[in-house]
Amino acid sequence: MTDAEARTVIAAVLRGIAPEVDLAMCDNTEPLGRELDLDSMDMLALLTGIGERTGIDIPETDIEADWSLDDLAAYLVET
Amino acid sequence: MPDFTMPSLGADMEQGTLLEWRVGVGDHVRKGDIVAIIDTEKSTVEVEVFLNGVVEELLVSPGTEVPVGTPLARIRVESATTATVGPAGPAEHLDAPLPPSPPSPAQPAAVEPRQDRKVLSPIVRHLADELGVDTGHLDGTGVGHRVTRSDVEHEAARRMSSGGPGSSPLARRRASELGIDIGAVTGSGEGGAVRERDVSAAAIGSAPQPAATTPAATTPVAATTPAAATTAPKAGLERQASIRTAIARLMTKANREIPHYHLSSTVDLHAALDWLGHRNDGRPPAERMLPAALLLRATALSAARHPELNGFWIDDGFRPADGVHLGVAISLRGGGLIAPAIRDADRRSLDDTMEVLRDLVARARQGSLRGSELTGASLTVTNLGDRGAEAVFGVIHPPQVTLVGFGRVVDRPWAVDGLVGVRPTVTATLSADHRATDGHVGSRLLETIDELLQHPADL
Repeated sequence: MTDAEARTVIAAVLRGIAPEVDLAMCDNTEPLGRELDLDSMDMLALLTGIGERTGIDIPETDIEADWSLDDLAAYLVET
Repeated sequence: MPDFTMPSLGADMEQGTLLEWRVGVGDHVRKGDIVAIIDTEKSTVEVEVFLNGVVEELLVSPGTEVPVGTPLARIRVESATTATVGPAGPAEHLDAPLPPSPPSPAQPAAVEPRQDRKVLSPIVRHLADELGVDTGHLDGTGVGHRVTRSDVEHEAARRMSSGGPGSSPLARRRASELGIDIGAVTGSGEGGAVRERDVSAAAIGSAPQPAATTPAATTPVAATTPAAATTAPKAGLERQASIRTAIARLMTKANREIPHYHLSSTVDLHAALDWLGHRNDGRPPAERMLPAALLLRATALSAARHPELNGFWIDDGFRPADGVHLGVAISLRGGGLIAPAIRDADRRSLDDTMEVLRDLVARARQGSLRGSELTGASLTVTNLGDRGAEAVFGVIHPPQVTLVGFGRVVDRPWAVDGLVGVRPTVTATLSADHRATDGHVGSRLLETIDELLQHPADL
């Protein structure tokens, strides 16, 4: 998966969770939860959506609490 | 003949707007069928009917705001022997074979295909449905190709000028479920658009709405033309303002009438989180459980053991509830709270609790909670989540007498076997009605929650 593909998938899933957010205005280096106002249920929905679309199920032990959008995209590219 | 009235979908609700009828005159309804979409001040809600019968008359047209208790429809109740077809009974008394319950109470029948749900806000989805626009083929002009309200309006206008009425995605889905040629159905929506109710009506054998209505029941037809523009649910700033009004009213009433006392207790969560880590290990995200499920389960079980805290203060007395129906405060994106109830929460497994929670949160944010979920909570839990404050001392939702709060999980120094260690902890709080209970009883509820969380495998 390329970086662009990863970001497209993330954006598509986020649209269902936080439809009012304009991703273009977000800081991709800030922790996702704070930047997009996502709680733990939202994060689970994000991972579930990414899993469904890409087949990549990110283990809980791999996730850092302060992951940014860049970190998440990088993880998907490396997997 | 009983009336189906505007329900009270929360202690704070005084009026509601009927957005859409999901049934028409002559439809057979069964207990649990969704019959209308109502806009409370806070959210759109799918409202069920609680009897078996036949819709005789629709009294209120879409777009009308009425006080709680106003009759919305007349339903002729059918006795047990003439009840509509259930899974066990044959269709003895019906003229035409009854297809699978239109509208079906199960979720898929009431909602658009999943892809639509993800990219459309409820407001736009309702508008698309009303105007008979298929958004699946629209390329939206919103951020990320999202379909906006003006995209839907332009498409509807374009469709009408190029000739031929549209049909809503839900109508087409219903038509395919019931094996009906949608081209043969007369539409009652704007511009002759075929609505789901037209398809359901056609299936039962009654003529499509405009021809079948008696003079007394012409309101739905009249309403779908001029009122169509006003049936979209509240959006944006208007929605935010009305959510705040509803919350303001409830919180003010609660603070004015309920003498609150507050208690707090810090709970060691290392056993619970350890257990959860093992349980989630190797499972995909769709099967993972959040700490919130454990907290809710512990609260429900504790409430079952301390029934003086599970019930209502009505007419100067405490009325115990018939079960533990745990209200869960869910924050709405853009602001505001809604608190649907998990019924009989003490009797559900941990896995079931997590699934119900996941589903409620998703539907709360989509505006598709059901009326039966918004009433009857016997106590409420507010969990601020992992980015909230350390403790929450909330306001009780009348007529309940208890609110349990959880702050975020914080690592703290902790006394372990006489030495200082570090443990993940959560601050559990209780806000309780001092008319119903005293601090001693309240303390015991928190103590039980703590004990239960030390033995997560037994939850």
